[in-house]
Amino acid sequence: MNKQISQLGVVALVLLIALVVGTTYWQTWANAGLAERQDNAIRLVAQFSVKRGKIYASDGKTLLATNVRKRIGGQTLYFRRYPTGPLFSDVVGYSTQTRNQTGLEQSYNDFLTGSNANLDTVLHSTLDRLKGSTITGNNLVLTLRPALQAIALRAMRGKCGAVVAMNPTTGAVYALVSSPAYNPNLIENHFREAAHPVGTCGPLLNRATQGKYQPGSTFKVVTATAALDTGKFTPESPFYDPGYCIEYGKEVRNAGNPEAPEAFGHVTLFSGLEHSINSVFCNVGKAIGAGTILNYAKRFGFYKLPPLETPSNERVASGLYSHGTLFDPKDPATQVDPGRLAFGQERLQVTPLQMAMVASAVANGGVLMKPYLIQRIVSPTGKTIATAHPHAIGRVMKPETAAELNSMMQAVVVGGTGTEAAIPGIEVAGKTGTAETGVGDIYTAWFIAFAPADHPKIAVSVVVENQPGGFGGAIAAPIAKQVMEAALR
Amino acid sequence: MLTAIGFASVYIARQSTVSTGSLTYAGIFFGLYLVAHVVVRRTVPYADPYLLPIAGLLTAVGVTEIYRLSPSDAFKQGIWVIVAVALFAVTLFLLRYDYRRLESYKYLFGVTAVGLLVVPILPVVGQTVNGARLWVHVGGLQFQPGELAKIMLIVFLAGYLREKREVLAQGRPKDFGPLLVIWGMAMLVLLETRDLGGGLLYFGIFLGMLYVATARRMFVVVGIVLFVVGAIGVWKITPHVQERVTIWRHPWTSHEVYCPIAPNHLSLRQNCQSYQLVKSLYSIANGGYLGSGLGRGTVTTVGGQALIPYANTDFIYSVVAQELGLVGAAALLLVYMVFVLRGVRIALLAQDGFSKLLAIGLTFGFALQTFIIVGGILRIIPLTGITLPFVSYGGSSVLANFLLLAGLLLVSNRANRELLR
Repeated sequence: MNKQISQLGVVALVLLIALVVGTTYWQTWANAGLAERQDNAIRLVAQFSVKRGKIYASDGKTLLATNVRKRIGGQTLYFRRYPTGPLFSDVVGYSTQTRNQTGLEQSYNDFLTGSNANLDTVLHSTLDRLKGSTITGNNLVLTLRPALQAIALRAMRGKCGAVVAMNPTTGAVYALVSSPAYNPNLIENHFREAAHPVGTCGPLLNRATQGKYQPGSTFKVVTATAALDTGKFTPESPFYDPGYCIEYGKEVRNAGNPEAPEAFGHVTLFSGLEHSINSVFCNVGKAIGAGTILNYAKRFGFYKLPPLETPSNERVASGLYSHGTLFDPKDPATQVDPGRLAFGQERLQVTPLQMAMVASAVANGGVLMKPYLIQRIVSPTGKTIATAHPHAIGRVMKPETAAELNSMMQAVVVGGTGTEAAIPGIEVAGKTGTAETGVGDIYTAWFIAFAPADHPKIAVSVVVENQPGGFGGAIAAPIAKQVMEAALR
Repeated sequence: MLTAIGFASVYIARQSTVSTGSLTYAGIFFGLYLVAHVVVRRTVPYADPYLLPIAGLLTAVGVTEIYRLSPSDAFKQGIWVIVAVALFAVTLFLLRYDYRRLESYKYLFGVTAVGLLVVPILPVVGQTVNGARLWVHVGGLQFQPGELAKIMLIVFLAGYLREKREVLAQGRPKDFGPLLVIWGMAMLVLLETRDLGGGLLYFGIFLGMLYVATARRMFVVVGIVLFVVGAIGVWKITPHVQERVTIWRHPWTSHEVYCPIAPNHLSLRQNCQSYQLVKSLYSIANGGYLGSGLGRGTVTTVGGQALIPYANTDFIYSVVAQELGLVGAAALLLVYMVFVLRGVRIALLAQDGFSKLLAIGLTFGFALQTFIIVGGILRIIPLTGITLPFVSYGGSSVLANFLLLAGLLLVSNRANRELLR
């Protein structure tokens, strides 16, 4: 029997050796793959055992995101708290266990958890891990100004829409507000309450970078850029406005633009922008063609995701949209209606951030700066490991064109459709927009502006949704004025 | 000593101080070990010197991890260990002169074993836990009779096969009768209790012992074929077993599938049926080479709920593997191997057929049970709920394991005594 006993013993040992092999497989070969799986709660716990970096406003003092320590199951975990509540929600986003992450909490997760590839960070994180002490992430200091952010959000109270304010010469974003805002502290346990729509507007959408709106007459700035920069028109180019424009043999009436219902007769391109006369731009569009207008739009950044540090799925590109997707026509001459495109109709959909970039490029003498939200990244020991440097995306137009547009846009605020944005003692340049929504006399009110006109320090873009019979000049311009006034104070 | 260190490190990790509580626990445990040692020295002085320390070590690892998961469970487990050591002492004392008396009661053992296996199926006392009827509920006590039945079955088989081995070895067709009967019964038990792991264990022990007794590979081949056929048959008609196989083959799905736990609700399989297996694999993988350290592993979710259901019974290995890492888990398995090697050595040295069969039966059962549960956790075979010998939480399991240890010590004592003579 001894032979069989030995054989059975070998079988028993082989079974146990198989267990050693199996354990080795899971702990060495497969463990990286398992660690990355979404449903791996251990990964989540590991994530929460990191003391995430704090997020500060531009003053370096106002805390936008910090941590609360809790002992759970014998481990110290850190949960996020957002001391400013809804004020910065659309930029900062949230980091929770059940809802994952959004905003900078998502896109800068690596820096905030100290897992970025920066040498200094790698050294500290590795040391912390070896010592078994808590890993601390890097802190972010944003460009957003708390006072400006608060003024913009207050001005938007009860309205749906967005405000973007930036420094046109550097690209630093000073305010980025989407209204209604949500309280990120409620996301974890009171998600329904946080996501509860105000009227018809859901608060979780970042309207400043994700909201797609018809630009209406604010797009005339883009058309005017194309008209002047190609040399085909000057501000003094004469037009005759009979109250309509003939397109494809049919009348397109100015009445479509409630800002300029009457016929102006003999005008120039300058007064066409000042009073936002649709027929003038309709004729400009027919003369230079849809292709040229779209090319200039692309120079302003249309058809690309606007560059910003928030997650790419929280930004959308501006441009023509067909059946819900971005439409870049191969043959614009036959596929796009140039007249309607020229005054901001057709199938145009733009974001408030994109329109702020349009205003900025004009303000900055024709050079478009890359917008940014993060001023610097600071290690837990206080060392600055990255600082933002202003970066020019490119020249959109000649300096002369920008100067001509600048004075035309000043005229809008001085005696045109945007007088509500006038600030005593400061020259403001702007452009109104009142876009049809397709529903009765409900409009989307727009205003884009910059100030001071001769030496711009701030450029803004304001959009307010669903305004019954409301013009951009009456509804959006006063909000833009408040924000600019506060920024220049 | 090991428990003291283990408890202390869990305590340090949990409370950042060594408290007297951990040392009290360790003191009691060490005292208990000393008692067992003295009993062994007195009753079976010639017995293998490795087995008791190994059992003590495994029990210590188990109690430490159970304590780490739930201090109140560790207290209950401690009580069970005391009861088990008492039973162990009584067994050694009663059978210290000649355990072979058991052989004459083999049919009593056989019938009792079958009876114990059938008890959970009975309506009043039986209880279904996780789809398998393995539990007996009497008064306030829960008991899993299968664990004791296993030991009794081995005693019965050792006696029966010793008596019939020559006849069976001839391999005449009519001698396949008992084999078929036992196969049928294993299948029946498997079908009725829906306990795939138990069925596999009992039948595996039977085949192993049959082979040792008869030296005929034919039996093993036929037995395996019959088992596979039977298992496929059971698989076809039992949704519970089908589910286990599905979980084993595809624990993760990328699209939502039917979830039997919440009818009319689709869900990813890793969030439904294979939740436990998948969470356990994450736990093991998280251990890496060196582990997180005792008491420092992640056993709860961010919300504080237990990460792996039944972590302290069937899934204790995944917690051990996480906290002690590959080094610790491999060391633990090595300890199991040493136990098996000593068991095989005892079977080789034993002088008579009954002793040899008893020793190898107990040893092989021990190894196979370890393989079935850890192999299930590691996705080598479909997962079935069964305890990890000496380590898992559970009264019946602790009792059965100490009886198994007593059996091996008795055989070893006699064999060594004969050799010295």
